[in-house]
Amino acid sequence: MTDIPYTPAARRIRWSVLADHAVLIAGSLFLLIPLLVMLQTTTTTDLETIKYGPQLAIGDQLDDNFRAAMFKASGFSGQNTGLSMLINSTILGLGFALGKIVIGMMAAYALVYFRMRFATLAFWLIFTTLLLPLEVRILPSYEIAQKLNLLNSYTGLILPLIASATATFFFRQFFRAVPEELVEAARIDGAGPVRFFIDVLVPLSRTMIAAMFIIMFVFGWNQYLWPTMITTEEGMYTLVRGIKQLTQDLEGTNIPEYGRANMLALIAILPPVAVVIFFQSWFVKGLTESDK
Amino acid sequence: MKRAGFTTRWLPILLLLPQLSIIAIFFYWPAAHAVHSSFYLADPFGFGATYVGVDNYADLAGSSEYLKVARFTLIFTLLVTFFSLALALLLAVKADNIIRGAKSYRTLLMWVYAVAPPVAGFIGLIMFNQSWGPLTEAARAIGWDFKLGVNFNDTATAMVLVAVWKQVPVNFIFFLSGLQSIPKPVREAALIDNRSARGRFWDVTFPLLAPTGFFLLIINITYALFDTFGVIDTMVKGEPGNNPMTLVYKVYVDGFRGNDMGGSSAQSVILMLLVLALTIFQFRLIERRIHYT
Repeated sequence: MTDIPYTPAARRIRWSVLADHAVLIAGSLFLLIPLLVMLQTTTTTDLETIKYGPQLAIGDQLDDNFRAAMFKASGFSGQNTGLSMLINSTILGLGFALGKIVIGMMAAYALVYFRMRFATLAFWLIFTTLLLPLEVRILPSYEIAQKLNLLNSYTGLILPLIASATATFFFRQFFRAVPEELVEAARIDGAGPVRFFIDVLVPLSRTMIAAMFIIMFVFGWNQYLWPTMITTEEGMYTLVRGIKQLTQDLEGTNIPEYGRANMLALIAILPPVAVVIFFQSWFVKGLTESDK
Repeated sequence: MKRAGFTTRWLPILLLLPQLSIIAIFFYWPAAHAVHSSFYLADPFGFGATYVGVDNYADLAGSSEYLKVARFTLIFTLLVTFFSLALALLLAVKADNIIRGAKSYRTLLMWVYAVAPPVAGFIGLIMFNQSWGPLTEAARAIGWDFKLGVNFNDTATAMVLVAVWKQVPVNFIFFLSGLQSIPKPVREAALIDNRSARGRFWDVTFPLLAPTGFFLLIINITYALFDTFGVIDTMVKGEPGNNPMTLVYKVYVDGFRGNDMGGSSAQSVILMLLVLALTIFQFRLIERRIHYT
């Protein structure tokens, strides 16, 4: 008698678990299918894609399409090969992440650990920048970059993007949570501010630096509007900036090179996705803690 | 400021200098420049500018095209925010329920975070390709003759879908971490009090997730307003024509293509005010958030 009410309860639970999995699988497919479609077209010839569309079978053109994507140039100048765009994207991603972290840590250290006269003013000047994204001041920023002769340079590509205080804000929050006894101990030991920063604070923030680096690398790599405006020379294009040219190529009069275009889009996606998946736990930690 | 801070005078100034000079040159200068030129009518050939007061703003308020873009932006923002939040919440609740394979699902559901918006737009172009796109064919199968880039509503639908696809992962990550930070005793107490899973969700989980939800609401509105630029630019293939566009895209089109500096700057200033209002709203919510947690 006792197991009669028990059995349906157990079955009900199992059904609900199945339903949970069904929803999650559907969600995963929603996100994944476009990627698979792209992948398939990079393995076939363009004629096949144009004739039949994406198929289930995997072709043997992956190698050719990859080579075309890496070494064939899109524009007239012959300079924006996939390889050159990949290098530019890497420089942008790394330069942006590095610059943002170094500058942000320095400023946050000054704000949290020093007594100075204009601290409040500096604080407000820095954190007001969190209010306005680059998109709303894009044209005047372009004019200023032009005045400063920064068009088509890595400096012009990276510096204006660093002009917001997200990393500074993040490190300020982190430094404030560091126990105060550490500074006192360091001072008793006779350590100066520079020493304390390098020997205590930086090692202490290692995980945070890693998390920031991942988020900032992805953010920098994925920039589109600013690179579109600041780089007009094809040798300076990044992969993400080159996307627009790809869409225009597909509209052209020749046979659209779907294989090559999709391969380039995949190359633009792969490094940031790999970084995010590979360093998942740091990345999630950094992302969800930055809002506190 | 820490109580036991250092008192060296020159070092903090040196430390702050890089940050302050970069934001002075690339933030305050351009922002001031935008406000300034929004009151001027610039000569398209660069021969100076005339002070026109608030004419640029008045022109915008009277322009039916600007109002049309504003209306589209509003609808677009509402749809993208609602669907990406709702879908992510559903997935996060399910992912929080299961024990086996939770990590694999998390990976499968978050990788799209790292896809750049214009690349997402490009993927949308492929999926909605006029002659063989899988989604065009799916639409055709139910009798919907989908024409991306030609039909206004079809293009708008595709844009919303792509923008949602791109945003679900971020929301998912935040919702899942919010769910996982609900203390075990609270969950167990809820389990005893309320037998139905749906009841538990609405009475316990949902209110506890509200702070995360409010935060994400602002994040998503900002995303739909600004970060979707890349999605829109690739999906209209750089040819705005009669296609739907958002306010940020119009700033770019008018200023960079149309060479209307004054009008474009006035639009920038309007957007700045909009973001300002959103941020003040957000700060108030964060203040209130302290009472929740």
